[in-house]
Amino acid sequence: MSLSGILVQMLNGLASASTLFLLASGLSLIFGVTRIVNFAHGSLFMLGAYIAWSLTERMSGALGFWAAMGLSALAVGAIGAAIEMLLLRRIYRAPELFQLLATFALTLVVRDAVLGVWGSEDLLGPRAPGLSGSVEILGRRFPQYDLALIVIGPLVLALVWLLLRRTRWGALVRAATQDREMVGALGVNQSLLFTSVFALGAALAGLGGALQLPREPASAGLDLAAIGDAFVVVVVGGMGSLPGAFVAALLIAEIKALCIALGTWSLPWGGTISFPKFTLVAEFLVMAIVLVVRPWGLMGKPQAAVRTGAPPETPLAPADATTRIIGFATLGALAALPLIVGVGSYALVLSIDIFIGVLFAVSLHFVMGPGGMHSFGHAAYFGLGAYASGLLLKSAGLPMELALVMSILGGALGAFVFGWFCVRLSGVYFAMLTLAFGQIVWSVVFQWDEVTGGSNGVIGVWPAPWLAAKQTYYYLALACCVAGVLLLRRILFSPFGYALRATRDSVLRSDAIGIDVQRIQWIAFIVAGAVCGLAGGLFAFSKGSISPETISVGRSIDGLVMVLLGGVETLSGPIVGAAAFLFLQDSIARHIEYWRAMLGLLILVLVLAFPDGIVGAVRKRLGKGSQQT
Amino acid sequence: MKGTKRALALALGLALAAPAFAQAPIRIGEINSYKAQAAFLDPYRKGMELAVEQANAAGGVNGRRIEVVLRDDNANPGDAVRMAEELVSAEKVDLLAGGFLSNIGVALADFAKQRKTFYLASEPLTNKIVWEGGNRYTYRLRPSTYMQAAMLAPEAAKLKKKRWAFVYPNYEYGQSAVATFKALLKAAQPDVEFVSDQATPLGKIDAGAVAQALGDAKPDAIFNVLFAADLAKFVREGNTRGLFKDVSVVSLLTGEPEYLDPLKDEAPTGWIVTGYPWYAIDTPAHKAFLDAYQKKYSDYPRLGSIVGYSTIQAIVAGLKKAGATDTDKVVAAFKGLEFDSPIGKVKFRPQDNQSTMGAYVGRTAVKDGKGVMVDFVYRDGADFQPSDEDVKKLRPAD
Repeated sequence: MSLSGILVQMLNGLASASTLFLLASGLSLIFGVTRIVNFAHGSLFMLGAYIAWSLTERMSGALGFWAAMGLSALAVGAIGAAIEMLLLRRIYRAPELFQLLATFALTLVVRDAVLGVWGSEDLLGPRAPGLSGSVEILGRRFPQYDLALIVIGPLVLALVWLLLRRTRWGALVRAATQDREMVGALGVNQSLLFTSVFALGAALAGLGGALQLPREPASAGLDLAAIGDAFVVVVVGGMGSLPGAFVAALLIAEIKALCIALGTWSLPWGGTISFPKFTLVAEFLVMAIVLVVRPWGLMGKPQAAVRTGAPPETPLAPADATTRIIGFATLGALAALPLIVGVGSYALVLSIDIFIGVLFAVSLHFVMGPGGMHSFGHAAYFGLGAYASGLLLKSAGLPMELALVMSILGGALGAFVFGWFCVRLSGVYFAMLTLAFGQIVWSVVFQWDEVTGGSNGVIGVWPAPWLAAKQTYYYLALACCVAGVLLLRRILFSPFGYALRATRDSVLRSDAIGIDVQRIQWIAFIVAGAVCGLAGGLFAFSKGSISPETISVGRSIDGLVMVLLGGVETLSGPIVGAAAFLFLQDSIARHIEYWRAMLGLLILVLVLAFPDGIVGAVRKRLGKGSQQT
Repeated sequence: MKGTKRALALALGLALAAPAFAQAPIRIGEINSYKAQAAFLDPYRKGMELAVEQANAAGGVNGRRIEVVLRDDNANPGDAVRMAEELVSAEKVDLLAGGFLSNIGVALADFAKQRKTFYLASEPLTNKIVWEGGNRYTYRLRPSTYMQAAMLAPEAAKLKKKRWAFVYPNYEYGQSAVATFKALLKAAQPDVEFVSDQATPLGKIDAGAVAQALGDAKPDAIFNVLFAADLAKFVREGNTRGLFKDVSVVSLLTGEPEYLDPLKDEAPTGWIVTGYPWYAIDTPAHKAFLDAYQKKYSDYPRLGSIVGYSTIQAIVAGLKKAGATDTDKVVAAFKGLEFDSPIGKVKFRPQDNQSTMGAYVGRTAVKDGKGVMVDFVYRDGADFQPSDEDVKKLRPAD
């Protein structure tokens, strides 16, 4: 590999960085002002690419091409404005992160809409007229369009920067980023400000997607590919910092280009190391390292305290008589279920999945609700539990019962290690570090073929013969689920639980009264990891096989959706949320072709109808807002 | 879960419910990532529907109509296994079919073994499904990763190129295709050198950087395993950067319409590929299939259509041979089962339950602004298998 080769690879990195920056800048703006974790940002990017494809089919020539780029950005901006006005505006007063649920539902709807409108085939767009060829740089042919991108990225940065620094609107945006309550109190029309910021952010995503069209086809997987990168760039750069996002995009793109350029090397002590393989997880490695060293990203500042519109959370109270009666009745009904539906019934199969989902959601809620730590990578502990069970059974030959117990240890051990780093952070940075660790675990499992079975996973993970019958396994899963739920509940009403809730409500005050905040949070994280690991172990034996999917971002997001859907401020919320989500997904997926869109729409309806989650809404209706159980 | 809207279940072939059928239909449970992998599975589903319609019009199987119950697995092995449970216990299907992603395929295969249910893995390519993870209840239709790589290796050896570079998606499919190809090429041509390996994240290739890194290694030839959007990105960057100038390319699956057609006039020329040139296959069996397909859908078939169509054909043939639907009889009937697919005679090998369905190997060209395959031959899958001893070592005894 020559020096000139590396230099040209750096140029490749610059071109990729521009795309990454366009994608991330909008997300950063939106988060900075509205505090919305916009999961639909990848979908907006994808829409930009598809709309640009349709427009370039109709508008030819250089003028037509660039007009199509601009129009796509405008169209996506308009869609963004519509999303903000019709949907998000109605739920700003909901508990923190609730908007995430709405944007998640949007991604489902957009994904199916794209399939419905543009079809399933990948759509390769035209090359940019006038920039379709290449120029010779250091003896290599370099695409002209990439050179254009290298210019466009910084150009957009400069324009947005000017907009933020030199206009009244920009001043308002900066003010709102620092203290949006104060901006509102000073008489600024917040609605207009939020809508315009969301529209601008969406337009930037749309522009990014459109400009990507000459480099890659519009395809229905773009949203997922884009959203992870977008979050990483924003967080590495520091939430709300545009120059930070630009630097982060450069850093990540250059590291990837370098990995690809380095290729495979022989190690002095034997074996080889393949650098290109690191591109699978490079951005998450970078994010983990940056966050450990600089807890607010490269150029970010500590997050300003958000005085949300939501009323303060009411303290938890032990279950009252009604709740107890409902609880016992449900339990009784579940215990009798196999007798009612018959031992081979599908209802048992689905129920087992729901018990596992409940255990997963409740363990996530434990850190997220009472703990105030938003974990975006909770699937890591689920997966570690599942793999601990599966591998100990298959490779170490442990009996199944023992392997299942070890899943608890698997989850706890993962949480022990990663938790130590994570509790040093807070807010979105905490969330993103958990996500980074989740992705790192995923990529190790995904690539470590000899041990984990790689992408195909481990098969033959079946329960011991005496547990193999569906109804027996059903009771096992039910027992584990109930034990896990009750344990976590008991802990929350122990002194430790009060201390945990204190650390959430005020770090300063808990510190002042002698609570070791990080230690309490760390222990809570480990407890949640252990329970989550058990869910993973139960999952492995109920399916007979495990694959890296158990650790995927998708599963982490499902967990968040379950908790938020049920209501993060109540203890029964995650239980109801998990049951509702899994039941709906199962019945819709079995009966409706465009089931993702349907599920998304249904979640949107629930979001608008129950901004406190299902349980929260029920509580309010019953006039029990003062007691959250 | 009592009273679920089972009536809404997507049942195929209802339209042709001829009154002649007195008995209850034979039910096939079909699980696939219909929405997540729509480019392949839309045509697949159409092929299946056509075959079901034809089979029922011809009198069904053993006097019974056949019916397919579709389930979307959300590209998630856990969901796939749950759907399989549901199909077996609630829908009372007689056998299972489907699977696109390899991790779902092996999960369903293991489920079939545990529940003693017949499963025809139609699409997943991983070798594991018939070898390390194989079992007597699972048969696989499509040519495996090994077979397809083995079909290309002799063509590659004929090129007499010394320096080879590799680019592949970084997961089991890509890895095992490259490993097979390297081993077979090295055996055929001992002086071969492997100069670069680019394993790229699936769906997220940094095509510019990868194309340049490959070019910098100065290869004489490239073996490509990328497909779908990754392939399109790689081809465009490679074309712009002159990567493919004076370099031979051997490429897996690239001749399949699913992956070649989106490239339009930028489709690569002169690549040696496996694929499905539906426009130029003039066997009577394929003509009949093509006419029926185009008549029904006013669209041309993709490879997915062939796989979906043959899946039903195989099941129909197996059930006819078994004369019954109970699992043991069907499992036994599939051993050595032969049927005529639109692209040739197919046999399920008794030694590893893999079918001998082949693939077309040819060169890519651009004709009328579209990528096509030319100079192709059909390679029978039976000829591209490891030795029976090797298979025996790889596959656990039934």
